[in-house]
Amino acid sequence: MDDLVERFLAKDRRALARIISRVENETAEGREYLRALYPHSGKTHILGVTGGAGSGKSTLTGALAGAYRKREKTVGIVCVDPSSPFTKGAILGDRIRMQDLALDPGVYVRSMAGRGALGGLAPSISDVVVVMDAFGFDIVIIETIGAGQDEVEIAGTAMTTILVNNPGTGDDIQALKAGIIEIADVLVVNKADHPGADILVSQLQALLSLSPAGSRRPPILKTIATKGEGMDALISAVEDHHAHLQSSGTLAKHREDDARRQVLAIARQILLERIRESTPAPELEALVARVAERSLDPHTAAEELTAAVTG
Amino acid sequence: MSTTTAQIRVLIAKPGLDGHDRGAKVVARALRDGGCEVIYTGIRQTPEMIAEAALQEDVDVVGLSILSGAHLELFPRVVDELKKRDVNDVLLFCGGIIPEEDTEALKKLGFSAVFRPGTNTQDIVKFVYEHVKK
Repeated sequence: MDDLVERFLAKDRRALARIISRVENETAEGREYLRALYPHSGKTHILGVTGGAGSGKSTLTGALAGAYRKREKTVGIVCVDPSSPFTKGAILGDRIRMQDLALDPGVYVRSMAGRGALGGLAPSISDVVVVMDAFGFDIVIIETIGAGQDEVEIAGTAMTTILVNNPGTGDDIQALKAGIIEIADVLVVNKADHPGADILVSQLQALLSLSPAGSRRPPILKTIATKGEGMDALISAVEDHHAHLQSSGTLAKHREDDARRQVLAIARQILLERIRESTPAPELEALVARVAERSLDPHTAAEELTAAVTG
Repeated sequence: MSTTTAQIRVLIAKPGLDGHDRGAKVVARALRDGGCEVIYTGIRQTPEMIAEAALQEDVDVVGLSILSGAHLELFPRVVDELKKRDVNDVLLFCGGIIPEEDTEALKKLGFSAVFRPGTNTQDIVKFVYEHVKK
């Protein structure tokens, strides 16, 4: 390893950027950096901002970061945009909405491509967040790919998940559905200067009133991110949630759940790699062909495949 | 993991005050279709903003688009800001309304290519893949 870790620990942003690339590309070198930096992580409050495409996630993230800067908090931001399933290319355009922060030495913005991961995140997002956390930002904000109804993975990585809603995007049955709305710790109605904002707020309130007694009901906040309106209330809501996480012991459980999820996900990847290494391509193709022509079922085929490495 | 591989990361930026970003968007789209991860920062970027974005995003390539005629004014400042930040290993190219006679000066500044209106976007993609320092 080179002197990058030393420079990183001395708060060199170029070293931070370089290490993130290596970690993002999941190289052996990247894993070495991660090993060195992991003990320095675990101090940052990690926020997730999710919601539909065009709901204002990037603008809200920028405005929220700006409000944190006024409180002299440093902010690291990771924004994920989708990769093409065909060419693997991507347009990462979230920085456009955060121009006010472009030259602020207390803010670092990193764009990531989804690289085929499901759930609105990127394959190495957890590792990249560890690196940002280790760098010592007070707050790390993860902005997901535009999420629909079911992209709930953000709640595993972020301690506080902000779900951005917009007026005029559906009736109260949409809000009644299972899925993404259940992971929200803070509900935001962004573009609150558009018609229908108050109706959406009352629909969300009505929905939350059906939650089981004693369960925590996420606050519902109106924001106009383009004007920075509602950010102080949003920070207060995030802080309240953080205090709740600590007092209820949920934060410790969140850390454990996240650690378990990460370890199992990595173990799954390692096993898959070993299987690929231990089974020559023609052998795998022969097995696949038998399944395709129905002379073998997929479960038996998978057992044959794994027997070689689990033996 | 071999399931993800390093994609080439490109910053496409427009320094200066002209608001015509059609060309920049066409190039960004062509590079996307060519398999690059393109960070697009939009119009009216200062040299400092461009260099800072290149640093934070750890890009392999920076492409500047300009139609205002201020390239010999602004591009040296972008190069200076990059150097100031120790970002000295990126592939630089530019495009837009840039007179032929300025090509030499831009090459001396470190721009490996100057693309003008009428360029086939595939040539730009090919250029990036052939010259990127990875």
